[in-house]
Amino acid sequence: MALDTVAIAATQPETVQPWRELGLKEDEYTRIREILGRRPTSSELAMYSVMWSEHCSYKSSKVHLKQFGEKAPHSDALLVGIGENAGVVDIGQGYAITFKIESHNHPSFVEPYQGAATGVGGIVRDILTMGARPIAVMDPLRFGPADAVDTRRVLPGIVAGVGGYGNCLGLPNIGGEVVFDATYAGNPLVNALCVGVMRHEDIKLATAHGTGNLVVLFGAKTGGDGIGGVSVLASETFASGKAAKRPAVQVGDPFAEKVLIECSLEIFTEDLVIGIQDLGGAGLSCATSELASAGSGGMSIQLDKVPLRDPSLSPEEILMSESQERMCAIIEPTKLARFMKICRKWDVTATVIGQVTEGKHLEITFNGELIVDVPPRTVAHDGPVYNRPMARPAYLDTLKATVLPEVKTATAIKSELLALISSPNIADKSWVTDQYDRYVQGNSVLAQPEDSGMIRIDETTNLGVAISTDANARWSYLDPYNGAKLAMLESCRNIATTGAKPLAVTNCLNFGSPEDPEVMWQFAETVRGLADLCLEMGLPVTGGNVSFYNQTGSVAILPTPVIGVLGVIQDVTTRTKMGIPAAGLKIVQLGNTAENFSGSEWAHLHGQMGDRAPTPDIAAEVRLIDLLLEAQPLFESAHDLSDGGLAAALTESTLRNNIGATIELLGALIPGGVSAGLFAETPGRILVTVDPANFEALRALAKERDIPFHPIGTSGGDALVINGATIPLTELRQAHTETLPRLFG
Amino acid sequence: MRIGVVTFPGSLDDSSALRAIRLAGGTPVPLFHASDDLKEVEAVVLPGGFSYGDYLRCGAISRFAPIMSSIIVAAEHGFPVLGICNGFQILCESHLLPGALTRNQGLHFVCTDQPLIIENTSTPWTSGYIKGDRLVIPIKNGEGSFQASTETLHQLESEGRVVLRYADSNPNGSKNDIAGISNARGNVVGVMPHPEQAIESLTGPSVDGLAFFTSILHSLVGR
Repeated sequence: MALDTVAIAATQPETVQPWRELGLKEDEYTRIREILGRRPTSSELAMYSVMWSEHCSYKSSKVHLKQFGEKAPHSDALLVGIGENAGVVDIGQGYAITFKIESHNHPSFVEPYQGAATGVGGIVRDILTMGARPIAVMDPLRFGPADAVDTRRVLPGIVAGVGGYGNCLGLPNIGGEVVFDATYAGNPLVNALCVGVMRHEDIKLATAHGTGNLVVLFGAKTGGDGIGGVSVLASETFASGKAAKRPAVQVGDPFAEKVLIECSLEIFTEDLVIGIQDLGGAGLSCATSELASAGSGGMSIQLDKVPLRDPSLSPEEILMSESQERMCAIIEPTKLARFMKICRKWDVTATVIGQVTEGKHLEITFNGELIVDVPPRTVAHDGPVYNRPMARPAYLDTLKATVLPEVKTATAIKSELLALISSPNIADKSWVTDQYDRYVQGNSVLAQPEDSGMIRIDETTNLGVAISTDANARWSYLDPYNGAKLAMLESCRNIATTGAKPLAVTNCLNFGSPEDPEVMWQFAETVRGLADLCLEMGLPVTGGNVSFYNQTGSVAILPTPVIGVLGVIQDVTTRTKMGIPAAGLKIVQLGNTAENFSGSEWAHLHGQMGDRAPTPDIAAEVRLIDLLLEAQPLFESAHDLSDGGLAAALTESTLRNNIGATIELLGALIPGGVSAGLFAETPGRILVTVDPANFEALRALAKERDIPFHPIGTSGGDALVINGATIPLTELRQAHTETLPRLFG
Repeated sequence: MRIGVVTFPGSLDDSSALRAIRLAGGTPVPLFHASDDLKEVEAVVLPGGFSYGDYLRCGAISRFAPIMSSIIVAAEHGFPVLGICNGFQILCESHLLPGALTRNQGLHFVCTDQPLIIENTSTPWTSGYIKGDRLVIPIKNGEGSFQASTETLHQLESEGRVVLRYADSNPNGSKNDIAGISNARGNVVGVMPHPEQAIESLTGPSVDGLAFFTSILHSLVGR
């Protein structure tokens, strides 16, 4: 095919172009012609098509996401906010933390191993790009029914991919979620979170300025993988009968990324870069246009200098390729020699592919011919914006209240509890998490299944951070506004349960098609809820990710806002664990239980959804967090009550150290009786153990904070005994741990 | 007491090994694969990780690193070498230790707190233990199944060169539950579990790994 140059485009305006095949809409193509005053060249069309995709441009979500800015609380901790590769917060002692969560849902369905692996690789490069050393990852995962045939294809591949890539990078995997629901069949969710640490002065930004400075591409060579990944895969709904999309999934090489990390960190240490950007979705199109757009605007690139794995690639393909493990840096010419020396040390290929120029245009040549001449801002930032129609979903008017069995006798308590804690969503997840290295780097203070992951940042001062990710998609389905709030509150509670103070928020918003007004309404309500809560709690949103089109045919996934909260702990040696550590301790439930099973795992087990999400009591949640932090020295263990309610929490806390408990729930005092006491998922509750000597002190503190205080039992023995129902720990463990190995081998 | 830790491209537990040496009271010295300079260290640790991405075979490329040529020569003259996980694999590929580490029986990467029994306390890396000591140390690998010919296994057993054995359950199908072995002289030891990740109660399942690092310091002092 002949090279389509700017000169040809200007003289041959009538050439028919494949804008539709590249995922553009007709009005979008018209707009590109207006911007350029001519038809785009095929290379320009390639760039606009990937950069104006839903995945890169946030064209359907932008009008809603701006609330995060409008309602942003004042925060002294925020160093870099939304818009950069990842947000950065100050945690004191000169340290800054960057963290972010992203989705890689569609590629992981098409090719589970590589899709999940490159999802980890992409988020790790975002963190590295900020100038930070990546220190941990987490992976919230969602699948179709655990016993579905396709889940058996998708889950082992995704888990192996997350592990295969993360383990090889030397990043401890310290948490996440594994959730099963029918709506994720055909639409598994692979979200990946990465945390990094740096000194304040080391923060790097994605910007290109200083005429004459060099544009250097370093890392892996460019190949034909992942072409159109963002536009074709991530921005369209799967429909049956279409041709295989596997070539659009990237292929990862974690070893290349590991040396790229070490090489980049050494380059950062010597302060050799002006700006830096990783190559992820939309590849070079994204990196060059974003760097130029965030800088002075002018950049020239010689595309034929890009090192290729496949020499037959066309310029359009080079611009769209999503080959992994590549970075783009802007450096001063005087620093090039030192830069190249470090790259040679790590065996990393580095090539000067262009320079920062005067003017406001991004110009790309191929063998001397001008093939791209665009204002970079029009590619990177001035994409289309849609205010899509919204409609309150009709299903909300047909919801039915739950009708669940009364659990009163010892036999019923035992059988319902065992059924719940062996159900795939509540069962022990070691089959998954034992495939991830949680120890590497030697700073993992807490890892799954603890309430939050915790990493030591400074060995001398014991400063640390805690991270938790949470979502309750069924509550979001019932009430997206409150569902989002409840997810974030749970995440904050998980942070405080381990002894850390919530500091900042990231999110990954997974939804169906934005072209469906009911989905768009769910999305808008979710963002409104999150933005309101962040303002109320004074926590900044530091960045996030939107994943639309998670639906097969007309069935969308449950609205799934996954919320990640970062917390700080001044002394990690004081952290609280979830396991009951000894016999003879008093067991206390902080917070009241309400009779509402809607959206709970117990209702799900009985095939019901229910009709109303709980209404969050934000003031009470804030008081509870304060109590958890203040009373932390009094706790021998603490565990958040959420999925599976008290039944699940007691199971997890007793099995952790194999120390039993005797519990007496006074059903008459609990609305909904023992059933609610054990299985309701009322938010704002924590299970703690205290030494009898500290019991009254805790009671007094709880009273002071106006937090309900319910002594429910004593630790000890080799069984979990609840209102006379005796479940030996061996039997409890067998029920809790057998499910996943039985399903997945 | 200077103890070196080699960083290969793709080494991951090098920083933890350096920390372990420091917490044991030694002077940790980072060594780089591309140089043959041992920087006057008195013993060396080959850390865990995925050197060269484990491409071809685990350890197969690292064995040709310039630093390895110095280590192989020194080890043949009694220089103490500890290979942990990927380091163990490199020692097998270098023929400093017999046998090979193959894909785990269950075909999964396994990260777990593994009960172990100390079998041999005559090596400079295990002299601080008592034979029969029960340890809990993390394992984390995808290719940790120790395999060797019947004759080699017989030789290892009869010469008391099995240093560490899996207790309770065999996590990966290793022959004779072998988790670690030594060469005939005892100065070269390879173990699949990660003692450097069981140094502090804050971050590890135990502090049972610390004695590997205090042992070598005592052995070098008493030499």
